[in-house]
Amino acid sequence: MKNNSIKKKESALIVLQEEIAENVYSMWIETDISKNCIPGQFISVYPDDPSKLLPRPISICETDNGRLRIVYRIAGEGTGEFSALKKGDHIDILGPLGNGFPVLEGKAILIGGGIGIPPMLGLARSRNKNDTIIVSGYRNSDMFLEKELSNNGTLMIATEDGSVGIKGNVMDVLHEKNLRADVIYACGPLPMLKAVKEYSEKTGITAYVSMEERMACGIGACLACVCSSTEVDDHSKVKNKRICKDGPVFNVKEVNL
Amino acid sequence: MNLSVKIAGVEFNNPVMTASGTFGSGMEYNEFIDLNKLGAVVTKGVSNVPWSGNPVPRVAETYGGMLNAIGLQNPGIDTFIKRDLSFLKDFDTRVIVNVCGKTIDDYTEVVERLNDEDRVDMLEINVSCPNVKEGAIAFGQNRDALYEITDKIKRVSKRPVIMKLSPNVTDIADMAKAAEAAGADAISLINTITGVKVDINRRSFVLANKTGGLSGPAIKPVALRMVYQCAKAVSIPIIGMGGISNAEDALEFMMVGARAIAVGAMNFHDPYTTEKVVLGIKKFMQDNKISDINDIVGCIE
Repeated sequence: MKNNSIKKKESALIVLQEEIAENVYSMWIETDISKNCIPGQFISVYPDDPSKLLPRPISICETDNGRLRIVYRIAGEGTGEFSALKKGDHIDILGPLGNGFPVLEGKAILIGGGIGIPPMLGLARSRNKNDTIIVSGYRNSDMFLEKELSNNGTLMIATEDGSVGIKGNVMDVLHEKNLRADVIYACGPLPMLKAVKEYSEKTGITAYVSMEERMACGIGACLACVCSSTEVDDHSKVKNKRICKDGPVFNVKEVNL
Repeated sequence: MNLSVKIAGVEFNNPVMTASGTFGSGMEYNEFIDLNKLGAVVTKGVSNVPWSGNPVPRVAETYGGMLNAIGLQNPGIDTFIKRDLSFLKDFDTRVIVNVCGKTIDDYTEVVERLNDEDRVDMLEINVSCPNVKEGAIAFGQNRDALYEITDKIKRVSKRPVIMKLSPNVTDIADMAKAAEAAGADAISLINTITGVKVDINRRSFVLANKTGGLSGPAIKPVALRMVYQCAKAVSIPIIGMGGISNAEDALEFMMVGARAIAVGAMNFHDPYTTEKVVLGIKKFMQDNKISDINDIVGCIE
């Protein structure tokens, strides 16, 4: 069997790294992977510390001319190590991984909660901005990516403390503005994705959610990062789907949240 | 320079294999490496019917290693034969199928189904998975139970049988002897070492299953010690594994008595690890003027 894969593990050059909100970092790297990925896919990022075996799955924020951007929050020692890297350093990555968001015509609502916001920028850039509503949820006024997002669609903001936009979460924006569209794309914490599923069921709007789970291989072999599927999955033959390989993006009808 | 090794009459191009459960059936890793360069693909455990496995989280990173409690999720023997074995037909590598079950009948049903599959070169019997409640480990932690299941499987299998041993026992050499006495053609070790990880903020276990199996470089010294003990205790071939990340690790296992070795958790860290281990062994042989890899097997008394 011939190996035509575009996936690879490589050491990528960091061309820019900056803290864009408290503990939230934006890193641009130079990699050929950038030419073969679509919004909603992710890369595995490897700590240099040999005591840390497993890659950190991080969503692709956007790509531009041979470069790829990730925006991530420091969640532990691994991402802490990434945040200390500077322009000119190298970082081990593998990708592109996962399926990405399906392209649908018509009006779309892009919902990002917290560190689920970054992939929405790449998705917004791939769409007609006049057909794109972006709803971003932050903790407070310490926001990130909001300027780029507003350049690529109609941006609506929710903050938990009410300091910017609507006080509450992204779902409060959807309900308050009674937003309607042909499709919803969402990435964020599980309670948010559950609420998106309910909203989709209530309004009949097709919705795709990007999920996360603790991963090991990141390529579909180890079966660590499964989610519960509504039907028997063709690969697993049980009601489990692999988030890293069959996802991370699923139609909400496919998965139990 | 000869890299090929023979186990129970089966010849392998080289001694580097994949550890069951870390590599699927090779389909996903085929996008990164050339499976033809491996001594064998050892497939993920397969049972008579599909198994759903454990709830998530199923994995947790630990210092120099990881815990897993996948719970042997697998699509069952029907799909495995149709899809996975068909996929492997195109490759010039040996195929070792890992078999799991809850009862002896479960195991022998799978073994019998595989008897007529030409693509299967050997079987590895998983009696040591620490993450399923029934069967499996129960056979691997008791000498008499291990003897009985080995004997029953040997009676029905047309293929050579490897018994995969658990390190979660008092005396692994005793278990190796039981497998050998019951007719096992080879043994492989070690499976993972049971462990836990605690989340102090949530005051809970990190894994949904509470306990999981520890693998990765952290367990290598334990695995080496156990391979050495078993090599002293039995004369059947040993496939050594546990934290192998490079050729030097692989050679350590071979020098204390492993005829072949398997790479497990390190596939997750670097999908090219197996290929790199093969190249590294070749280089070591060149540098040290070793013409036959078999000359170093068990060279440390």
